[in-house]
Amino acid sequence: MRWNDWAEFWVMGGYALYVWGSVGATVLLMLIEVWVAKRQHLQTLSMLQSNHPSSTHQGS
Amino acid sequence: MKAFVAIVMRDLRLAMRNKTEVLTGLIFFVVVASLFPLAIGPEPQTLRLIGPGILWVGALLSSMLSLTRIFDSDYRDGTLEQMVLSPQPLWLLVSAKIVAHWLLSGLPLVILSPVLGLQFDLSSQAVGILTLTLLLGTPVLSSLGAIGAALTLGVRGGGVLIALLVLPLFVPVLIFGAGAVEALESGLGAQAHISILMALLLPSVFFSPWASSVALKIALE
Amino acid sequence: MNQGWFYYAAPQTFYGLAGKLWPWFALLASLLAIAGFWIGFMVAPTDAQQGEAYRIIFLHVPVSWMSMIIYLAMAFWSVLGLTLNTRLSAMMTRALAPTGAMFAFLSLWTGALWGKPMWGAWWVWDARLTSELILFFLYLGYIALTSAIDDTRRADRAGALIAIVGVINVPIIYFSVKWWNTLHQGASVSLTRAPSMAQLMLWGMLLMALAFWLYTFALVFYRVRTIILERERHTDWVNALPEAKGSTNS
Repeated sequence: MRWNDWAEFWVMGGYALYVWGSVGATVLLMLIEVWVAKRQHLQTLSMLQSNHPSSTHQGS
Repeated sequence: MKAFVAIVMRDLRLAMRNKTEVLTGLIFFVVVASLFPLAIGPEPQTLRLIGPGILWVGALLSSMLSLTRIFDSDYRDGTLEQMVLSPQPLWLLVSAKIVAHWLLSGLPLVILSPVLGLQFDLSSQAVGILTLTLLLGTPVLSSLGAIGAALTLGVRGGGVLIALLVLPLFVPVLIFGAGAVEALESGLGAQAHISILMALLLPSVFFSPWASSVALKIALE
Repeated sequence: MNQGWFYYAAPQTFYGLAGKLWPWFALLASLLAIAGFWIGFMVAPTDAQQGEAYRIIFLHVPVSWMSMIIYLAMAFWSVLGLTLNTRLSAMMTRALAPTGAMFAFLSLWTGALWGKPMWGAWWVWDARLTSELILFFLYLGYIALTSAIDDTRRADRAGALIAIVGVINVPIIYFSVKWWNTLHQGASVSLTRAPSMAQLMLWGMLLMALAFWLYTFALVFYRVRTIILERERHTDWVNALPEAKGSTNS
């Protein structure tokens, strides 16, 4: 392990802004992508369900 | 061949009847070229440096503005469908339209550029190279632009969309076109740039009519 | 399945296949990402010249690779779609585009964050970054074009054409930008000059690259299932799916 303690790890030799800015943006954008994809999938499913020929009854 | 000439003449005649469209592009070019010195300052040293780049970008933007015109009016009045259905190969007819577009939007820029070059205090050698690069480059703009115009036929937001689609493809032409003058000024000579421009010109001129035909068929199906 | 690839070219069968595979890709991606992060950010030694900032390459290089690979994949599917006229090809291309655009953006972002401590400027017009910027524009162009055209089939085919035209131009653009770059700068400033790589650093990059690749597979397979459902919503097989029926489950 390169680091002696957590403090050193977070500080990243003074480059914290750049390193964590990169890691942060990457993680954030990927999470957003996944969230958007999931939401679109669920929206499509509910569209299918409401259009389904057998859904003549409400809810359940 | 007759069909080719006929279409070129037709497009030219139609444009002459409604000169404003053609003139707007040219005036835009002139205005843009004049705006930059106003924004940046009249120092001749600076202007000589940035002049070729500005004139090139101005030519690019001016061509962009006029690209919707290539197929638009023919699309709206049904002539385009006739062209697609005709026994003549579509790529031939499309290349005629590209030539007409260049004659109306590209060639005038080439002719104007020496005059505008004076505004940037370019040497006569520089002006010569600049004009030559524009002469070689503007046909590429018309050719590649035709593909963009064909893809976006009748689509809302067409003009800006064409720009987004086609400007990235123009980047090599821009780099070598504008760079030729700088190469000249720095003593390297512009031969390499000119050769590369020709190398870019030939495939685009041959490839674009075919690609545009494919795009037109996709748009009209 | 001896029918080979064409069997899976039907949206119905691909839907099932993708459904089974994406969770595994996601799991593998997560494991590899953790391993890669461990090696890249916890274990690998500090670079003598660039200090800790060099660690950004563990993100920058993989996302750059992915942005290019995804564009190639889009071009591949586009050629397939225009020549063989398979419905799935266009769906795959559309599913790939947003992820590719995201990676291109991240490449620019991480490139800028790497450039600032190294070269003192947030943006450097080096050949790689500039080409990446144009690649980002190409992605945006594809997405804009396919969104602007209402007719799905026309949008698919127009998008395919622009993807193909773009991919032909990418090498041309790259070389012209490289030329432009070396002409204008005395010393060659290359943002992607990675430090001479210790074994461990190479392992870290490889793991991260694989992780992003698997992430892409997982996400694109997931996304294409959504697209398949939307486009095939009037077919019998879609309406027979358990998830399409009335909701006792959600």
